[in-house]
Amino acid sequence: MAEIGTIHYLVVAAALFAIGTIGVLTRRNVVIILMSIELILNAVNLNLVAFSRMYGLHGQVFAIFVITDAAAEAAVGLGILIAFFRNKETINADEVDLLKW
Amino acid sequence: MQPVATAWFFYGLSAMAIISALMVITRKNPVHSALSLIFTLLSLAGLYLMLYAPFVAGVQIILYVGGIMVLFLFVIMLVNIEHNLREHQFNKQWFVATLATLVLGALFMFVYWKGKTLFPIVNAPAQEQANTQMVGRQLYTTYVYPFEIASILLLVAIVGAVVMAKKRI
Repeated sequence: MAEIGTIHYLVVAAALFAIGTIGVLTRRNVVIILMSIELILNAVNLNLVAFSRMYGLHGQVFAIFVITDAAAEAAVGLGILIAFFRNKETINADEVDLLKW
Repeated sequence: MQPVATAWFFYGLSAMAIISALMVITRKNPVHSALSLIFTLLSLAGLYLMLYAPFVAGVQIILYVGGIMVLFLFVIMLVNIEHNLREHQFNKQWFVATLATLVLGALFMFVYWKGKTLFPIVNAPAQEQANTQMVGRQLYTTYVYPFEIASILLLVAIVGAVVMAKKRI
């Protein structure tokens, strides 16, 4: 078996990033859109940790900051989702059209 | 030093991560999506362990799987509606969006393929025995201002989530 280098991790992270982007752009359920955003953030984290093996610990520290941001984003996004569900009785993203003319 | 985890671990964990990520965006039921996302996060924690980052792997399991995913499952329980399962799960732009994202992924692969000499295969593994101490020292010396700003961000997020989810402000 070949040795696993940084490029292998980058390819896996790019695949996860693309899957997350497809999820954000195509799904209607807001909960699954938020989960796809978590997928994208995790792909970035994998990139950061893979580079931290080459260039020192800074990538791991930044990955921890990204996880913090993901927690804050999930809390606020799900709060917005609950407020929206209370008003319109739906969780579909394309029915959020209060500002559409 | 010979690492314990061989290449087969990498391929197994990556396949598990990508397959369960595909299941996240294709399942109809949000609970199934959340469980698949838990599998993706766990296999990513395994990949972090292979990269000699045990602290990030532990934070991943404790914070993502134990915190954020429980939050997701609670919100699914709060807003779950049955007729949502019988509706269309994909919006009208799904074909264009998938095509554009596949082009983006092909661009990534092209860049990695052209620049693969930038990422050498042989690289010195970091010292894994003191990873947590070294990350903690970095957090409290070099990155102390971003650390404090992150705490303020979390405070703002807590207040924002409470305000958003309150019935009457």
